[in-house]
Amino acid sequence: MTRPTPETLAHSARRARTAAEAPGDADHTRAASPAVPATRPAPAQVSGAGSLVRSLEALGVDVVFGIPGGAILPAYDPLYDSTVRHILVRHEQGAGHAATGYAQATGRVGVCIATSGPGATNLVTPIADAYMDSVPLVAITGQVARPSIGTDAFQEADIQGITLPITKHNFLVQEASEIPRVLAEAFHLASTGRPGPVLVDIPKDVLQAPTTFAWPPALDLPGYRPTLHPHGKQIREAARLINGARRPVLYVGGGVLKAGATEGLRRLAELTGIPVVTTLMALGAFPDSHQQHLGMPGMHGTVAAVYGLQKADLIVALGARFDDRVTGKLDSFAPDATVVHADIDPAEIGKNRHADVPIVGDARHVIDELVAAVTAERAAGRTADITDWWTQLDDLRERYPLGYEEPSDGTLSPQYVIKRLGEIAGPDAIYVAGVGQHQMWASQFISYEKPQTWLNSGGLGTMGYAVPAAMGAKVGRPDTVVWAIDGDGCFQMTNQELATCALEGIPVKIALINNGNLGMVRQWQTLFYGERYSNTDLGTHKHRIPDFVKLAEALGCVGLRCETVEDVDRTIEMAMSINDAPVVIDFVVGKDAMVWPMVAAGTSNDEIMFARGVRPAFDEDDL
Amino acid sequence: MTIHTLSVLVENKPGVLARVSGLFSRRGFNIDSLAVGETENPDVSRITIVVNAESSPLEQVTKQLNKLVNVLKIVELDPTTSVARELLLVKVRADRNARGQVLETVNLFRARVVDVAADTLTVEATGTPDKLDALLRDLEPFGIKEMVQSGLVAIGRGSRAITAGPALRAA
Repeated sequence: MTRPTPETLAHSARRARTAAEAPGDADHTRAASPAVPATRPAPAQVSGAGSLVRSLEALGVDVVFGIPGGAILPAYDPLYDSTVRHILVRHEQGAGHAATGYAQATGRVGVCIATSGPGATNLVTPIADAYMDSVPLVAITGQVARPSIGTDAFQEADIQGITLPITKHNFLVQEASEIPRVLAEAFHLASTGRPGPVLVDIPKDVLQAPTTFAWPPALDLPGYRPTLHPHGKQIREAARLINGARRPVLYVGGGVLKAGATEGLRRLAELTGIPVVTTLMALGAFPDSHQQHLGMPGMHGTVAAVYGLQKADLIVALGARFDDRVTGKLDSFAPDATVVHADIDPAEIGKNRHADVPIVGDARHVIDELVAAVTAERAAGRTADITDWWTQLDDLRERYPLGYEEPSDGTLSPQYVIKRLGEIAGPDAIYVAGVGQHQMWASQFISYEKPQTWLNSGGLGTMGYAVPAAMGAKVGRPDTVVWAIDGDGCFQMTNQELATCALEGIPVKIALINNGNLGMVRQWQTLFYGERYSNTDLGTHKHRIPDFVKLAEALGCVGLRCETVEDVDRTIEMAMSINDAPVVIDFVVGKDAMVWPMVAAGTSNDEIMFARGVRPAFDEDDL
Repeated sequence: MTIHTLSVLVENKPGVLARVSGLFSRRGFNIDSLAVGETENPDVSRITIVVNAESSPLEQVTKQLNKLVNVLKIVELDPTTSVARELLLVKVRADRNARGQVLETVNLFRARVVDVAADTLTVEATGTPDKLDALLRDLEPFGIKEMVQSGLVAIGRGSRAITAGPALRAA
C-alpha cells in the first residue's frame, strides 16, 4: 500500500501557492490579534468573499475546517491564496466537531465553513453540541443569492431560523460592506462572556459583490454586556459562609476551565481545605491526584463525590449548572445545603436550584476575589473545623473507590485498557471521548492533572464526536499526543474523518473500545428492560463487520488489533511510536462490562449503587 | 398563575421578533398578547408581552430574554403604576330596529362608530382589557359578526422613561 506522506502533502501544496503569489498581495499578512492589529491595512477594493477571507486573517484565524459547495464557492477562491489553512473534511459534521475540538484544546475560537442547504444543516449537530458545552465556535455558511431567498431555491435552507435556538447569536449578512463588522462581532460574541457558537450566513451574491475592506471595524452590540466582575457584597457573604460551614464542597464546572481559573481554584481549595468535585466538563480543572479531590459527581460519579454534594451544608458552585446528570432527582438533591452559585451567565443562577448567594461574574475574577475575602476572614480568626467531614469522606473514599471486576468470561476488560492507556500516554496527552460507556470509563480511570487535556461531548451527548474533535485538537496542538477513546458505535458515525487526518498530516491515535454493542444502551437494557437487547448488537463481534483494522488501513491509517491482556501495553506502545500517520487500535473487549457507580436516571442521589445490587452503607448518625 | 406585562426594548432589526417569541414557546410559555412597534428612537422597537406565569419561571424567561444579543432592556410593568390599553374593532349586527340600542351602548363606553352598513355598525374602542370585555359582553346580544383586537400596549406613569439609558442611546 502506498501511503501519502501526510505532513508534506498539505504543506507542499501551500508552499507552491505562496511562491506563486503576486507581489501586490503582500498585505495579506495576518494580524496578531483582533483587538490590536499588527498592521492596519489600507482600505482595499475586494469582493465580499475577499472581505470575508481578509477578515478571518485579521482576526488571527490560522485554520478553518470545511467543504466547498455552490453558494460558498466564491469564498473558496480568495481562500486559495490565504494564510488561513483550510482543512478539507469529508462531512460537515466533521468540520463542526473539529472546530470544537480545536477550540476546547486551545481556548481559541474554532471556525468551520459549509455551503448552503445540506452543507449548513449538516452543521446543526456540532452547533447544538457547542451550544450545550459553551464552546467558542464560528460557523460560516453560504446562502442562496438574496433574490432567491424564500423561493425554495436549490440547496436553500433557512439556517438562521434552524439554528436560532442552538446558537448564542446568528447573522444573515445583507450587504457586503457589513462583512468585516459581522465577523468581528461573531468572534467577539463566541469568545467572550459565556462562550458559544455563532453562525454567519452569507448569500452568494453578497460574496460576489464588490466592496471595500477596512479593518478594524467598530462593533455595534448595544445589547451585549457580559458581567465579568462579581459584586463585592456577594463575595464577602460567600466568604463568610465558606469559613463557617461544617460540611462544605467546591462544585467545579467547565466554566472554571473556560475562564482559565485553575490556578486560582487550587489556591482557593488549599487555602480553605474544602473538598473539591469536578464535573464531566471540568475534568483537569483540579488535579485528580490532589488529596482534596473527591472525583466526579453525578450519574457515574464516585461515591464520595455524590455523597459529598448530597450531604453538604454548603455547596460553592463555580461555573457549573446543576445539570440533571449531576443532581439526580432535583427535589431530593443536597437537601441541607446552602448554595453559593457563581456563573458568568445570570440565567444559570437559580435555573435548577435556588441560589442563596448568587454571584454573576467570570470564574477567574470570582475565585481571585473569593481567595482575598476568605483570607481576610481567616485573618480575623473566623474559621470552622471540617475535620469530621473529612473523616467521613475519607472513609467513603477508602470503602468505595472506583474499581471494576475482571470479566469472568476471559474477555478483555475495557476499564483495564483505558486505565493502561492513561498510564502509558500520561497526563500531558489530550484524551477525547465519544459518548457512552467508554466515555464514562475514560472519565473515571484516566488521571487528569492539567486543564485542556479532556475533551468530550457533555451536554448534548453527541455520538461521533471523538474522531473529528481529536482531529481538531491535534491541529490546534500539533506537539501534543492526542488520543481519541471511542466506542465502536460512535466510531462508525464519523470515522470518515480519518481520511482527512491521513491526507492532511494529522496523526491522531484512536483507541477503539470495541464491545460489539451500543454499550451504554445495552447496560440500561440489562438493568431496566429485563435483559431484552433490542437493537443494540452492532454485529461487530459476531461478523467482524466492519473489520476495523482493514477499515483503518483503507482510510490511510495504521490499523492494530488487541484482544488479550498481554497485548495491551505492547499495542499502546506501538501506537505511541508511530507519529507520521493516524493509528487505530481495535481493542476487542467484553460486552458485559458495566459502568459503576450509577445513579439511575430520575432517582435521587441517595439511591446511588456502588455496583449491581450493592448500595453503599452511609452512617447517617455521623451527620 | 399571574398576569405579567413585560416591556422589551429591542434593536429594530429583521428577525428579532422571531428570536423573542421563539424563546417563549421553547421554554413552554404561552403569550397572551403581543404588540410590537417603533419607539421615539427609530433604531429601537418596543415589544409588549403579556404572559400568564408563576414568578420564578418568569424570572428564568426574563433572564433568557436578556441573553438575546438584540434585546436592550426588559422592564416588568406593575399594573398599579402603569397605563395599559388595547384597541378593539368589532362589527356588530345593527338593523333599523337595533341600531339605536347599539349606539347607546357605544356611547356609554365612549367608543366610536367608524363604519356603517345597512345591517351592521363597525365600532372602535380603546381601553383596558376589562373595559373592552365589558363592552363586548354588552354588544354580544345584538350579534357580533367579526372582531379584531390588538395586543396590549403599556407605559409607566410619571415622568420617568424606560427608554432612557446609555445602551439605548447608543442603539
